Order: sequence, then C-alpha cells, then structure tokens
Amino acid sequence: MDITFQKVDYTYQAGTPFQERALYDLNLQIKDGSYTALIGHTGSGKSTLLQHLNALVKPTAGTVTIGERVITPTTDNKNLKPVRKKVGIVFQFPEAQLFDETVALDIAFGPKNFGATPEEGRALAAKMLELVGLDESYMDRSPFELSGGQMRRVAIAGVLAMEPEVIVLDEPTAGLDPAGRKEMMEMFWRLHREKNLTIVLVTHLMDDVANYADHVLVLEKGHLVKDGTPQEIFQEVNFLKEKQLGLPQATDFALQLAAKGWQTASFPLTAEELADVLATDLKAGAAHDE
Amino acid sequence: MMNKLLLGRFLPGDSLIHRLDPRAKLIGSFYYIIIIFFANNWQSYLLMAGFTLGAIVLSKIDFGFFLRGVRPLIWLILFTVALQVLFARGGKTYFSWGIFAISEYGLINGALIFCRFVLIIFISTLLTLTTAPLSLSDAIEYLLRPLKVIRFPVHEVSLMLSIALRFVPTLMDETEKIMNAQRARGVDFSEGGLVQRMRAIVPLLIPLFVSSFNRAEDLATAMEARGYQGGEGRTKYRVLHWQLADTLSLVVLALVTVGLYFLRS
Repeated sequence: MDITFQKVDYTYQAGTPFQERALYDLNLQIKDGSYTALIGHTGSGKSTLLQHLNALVKPTAGTVTIGERVITPTTDNKNLKPVRKKVGIVFQFPEAQLFDETVALDIAFGPKNFGATPEEGRALAAKMLELVGLDESYMDRSPFELSGGQMRRVAIAGVLAMEPEVIVLDEPTAGLDPAGRKEMMEMFWRLHREKNLTIVLVTHLMDDVANYADHVLVLEKGHLVKDGTPQEIFQEVNFLKEKQLGLPQATDFALQLAAKGWQTASFPLTAEELADVLATDLKAGAAHDE
Repeated sequence: MMNKLLLGRFLPGDSLIHRLDPRAKLIGSFYYIIIIFFANNWQSYLLMAGFTLGAIVLSKIDFGFFLRGVRPLIWLILFTVALQVLFARGGKTYFSWGIFAISEYGLINGALIFCRFVLIIFISTLLTLTTAPLSLSDAIEYLLRPLKVIRFPVHEVSLMLSIALRFVPTLMDETEKIMNAQRARGVDFSEGGLVQRMRAIVPLLIPLFVSSFNRAEDLATAMEARGYQGGEGRTKYRVLHWQLADTLSLVVLALVTVGLYFLRS
C-alpha cells in the first residue's frame, strides 16, 4: 500500500492568533514494502507529518493518498477506521497508552475496536506477545506492574495486533538500553523482511538509518529538503554536518580518515562496509608495495 | 481541540498593562467586576466601557483577541439576555403573549446585561492575557497572606496552585498524545451515543491518571532531593515590586468609582 503526499500544507490552529505553519508543500511517496527513515531536527515537522499517515490530522491544503483512500482538507472524520487499521502508529513513549486490566486485554483492544471477537483478540495477544519477546506468563498480569521496557513491548504489541500493512515508528527505542534498542530494531527488521511490512521510522540515530532504511526523507522547518536512498543522502557529509543532523559512526570515521589524506570514492555507511573498504585498500596497498 | 479556548491564555508583551504588578491587576479586576454591578444606566455603562477600552488600548493587544474571548460564552449571554427581555415587565409594553412580554424595561435591562457580561469578559481576558500564570499565583499567595492568622495553609495552597498552573499545558499535551495514540488503535471519540462516548473516554482517563501519579511521585522526589522541606524559612526568587504605576492604576479605579457614584441613577 503506497502513501502519497501531494502539495501537502499543514497549519496548526489555522485562523486563530496562535496559528503556526508546520508543513510546506510536501510532495513525497512511501512505497509499499519500503523501509523509510524520516529525519530532521526537533520541530522540523516530523511528528506532524506522521500524523497525516493515518489521517489523525488532515492536511490544510493538498491531498494525502493512503492506499485507495484520498484524504483532502474537506474529508469527513467518519469512516476513517479502515485507514487506521492499515496504518499502525507507535508513538513516542507508547507505554503511556496502556490502560486495561491485563496485558492481554490491552493488546486485544486495537483488534477489538476493528471488530475482532474476544477469543480472536486473546489469540492475537498471545501471538504478538511472543513476537515482541515476552512469554505467555505476562498475559494476565497488569500492564502497570511491568518494567518500562516491558511496558514498551506490550504497547508495541498492541499496535502490531491490529495487523497493519504499514507501521510508523516514532523514535521507538528512545530511553531503552543498548541491548533492548538493538533487539527492538532487529524485531522490526524481521517484520519488514518476513511479512513485507512497510516501515516508516522517525529517528535521530543515523546508525539505525544506515543499517535498516532503504529510503530517507530529510525535513527542515516543514520543508522536504532531501529525498533519496541512504547511500545518496549520506554522501553529502557537509550538508548533514552543516544541518547538524549527524552521520552514521562509520561514515564519520571515514570522514576523519579522509581529513588525514585517505582517498575514497564514496563514504561507507555501516561498520561492515567500512571494514570492507579498508580491507580492500590494505590489500591494494600491499599489492602496490610488492 | 482545547486550542480554541482563549480564556486563561497568556500573551507575552511589553506594555504598561503587562508591566503592572500582578497584585494591582488582580485587585483591580476583582474590584472592577464588583463595581460594574452598580452601573445601572447608559451613562454609567459608557464610563465603564471607556475605562475598559482604555485599558485594552494600553495593553497593545489586538482587539480581535477579546472578541474571540467572548465567542465561547455568547450562547450563555444571549440566553440570559433573552430571559431578561422576555420576562421583565415595566414601562411601555410592545408585545405580550401569555407569560411572555417584550417591554421597555425588558429591552433596556437586556441591553445593559449584555454590556455587563461583555465588559466582565473583556477585563478578565485582559487580566489573563497580560499576566503570566506564575506571577498570578505569586499575587494570590501575597493576597492570601492575612489568612495565615486563621491557620490557613497559604504556602501549601499557593505551591499547589503554581504547580497546577505549570502542569496545565503539559497535561493538555499529554491528553492530546494519548488521544491520538488511542485513535490510532481504533477508538472513536466523536461517534456513537452517550454511553458509547463515555466508554471511549476510559482508555484516555486511565493513562492520564496513571501518568499524573507517576509525575507527582517524580516531582516530589526531585523536590526533596533539592532540599524542599516545606514553607518555613524559604526565601523568594520572584519578588513582586509595587510601583507608582500600580498605585496610579488603583487611583484611576477609585476615580471611576466616584464617577460611577454620580452617574448612576
């Protein structure tokens, strides 16, 4: 399911003295089955943009096409449920959305809203719990007695349980320890690979972008300033440094090597690529010395 | 959703009214609301309106803001005015049907009540638009001080007040966030009958309460860690300064009162 933005503008509190424009003339496409990373400073409009992805907000001008459904400024608020079912959003610190008595009921809440029976909901909850790395013993516990990391997993399971085609992640690993962070990113990667889930990731961690994404959108002050593959985006090291968006560690390291006179055609994005390039260089150097 | 509410918003600025001591503004507004009930003919209302408009002009705030402040209450005002117009009797009667009657008195009273409402809303909007919530709570603490004599916990109340004020926007943001998260999970807050809608609030209320508990616990811990032990022996960082302009503003109000005394019939 593709999501297409055409000339999308968004203004908060339009028509009041407090009005504030958040998005300017956005044209972009999130392709079915892609892993798109959305990067940009705080206040660049990322969170506003992602609320458009399942019609939580409607554009103040332009159109958003979600699959078959076209959302325009005049779209009625009714009958948006099918859209919401297809596009699941994991908001920042999703553990704040837990409310039900037991973990199972909370996970089944989404599916139930979309018409699943309690039995189906419970079965889904068990399945999703396993998927996010918790065992069945958690099913009947209260979500409020879990640790922060476990609560996050339950909240994510609650979104996955709606079986969306597109999943939007707003800094899903913020505040997690390094192991938990890696585990969670690997889980989303697996879902993307195995179930062909379209993923939209909002993040400040460039290593995650380099490791997982196949499409990058750079937002600045509500404008889309760059749109391309990670390979293309991260070659513009100066642009990114200037905008203080940061680089993946491997790219940054390569940049420092380059400053010391190392020659390279393109900057590597991941540790593996960097190692490969350096190894090739060393071999070539050795061959040259002979 | 809550963005449309203007009452209670603060608009930073630098005008004579903004710089007035919050105590002066608070006392002044209360006093104004009391004396406006004494106005009873068009001359006295003209005086009050002149004073209100003068204060609004001095605040350098766009007049549109004040009109928007009235908008959410317009139905309440019109309802009251309608009651007055339809039921009050006296003077010449223009129209009568059963218990309803449109009379001279009724029309005049209706118009005056309308003015009274609008002026009161204007002045309270002016108070909140030009005074930062924190200095307002400082002023309230100061003005409550005499109550210490009767063992009223002035410090505790003002602390609660300033914490509550500080967390209003945070809680609003949080509400909006949780609402969005639940909408994304298929909750519809604007559909269905009364029972259904009330049920839809549960997934919003419980997380809000839980996060408020957590927040309160964190805040209390952080306060204790920074050496907070209660109101005794504390000094103040924000000190209120009473200046000439503050005295003058109250003098102006006194003059208005005198004028009102002579103008009212």
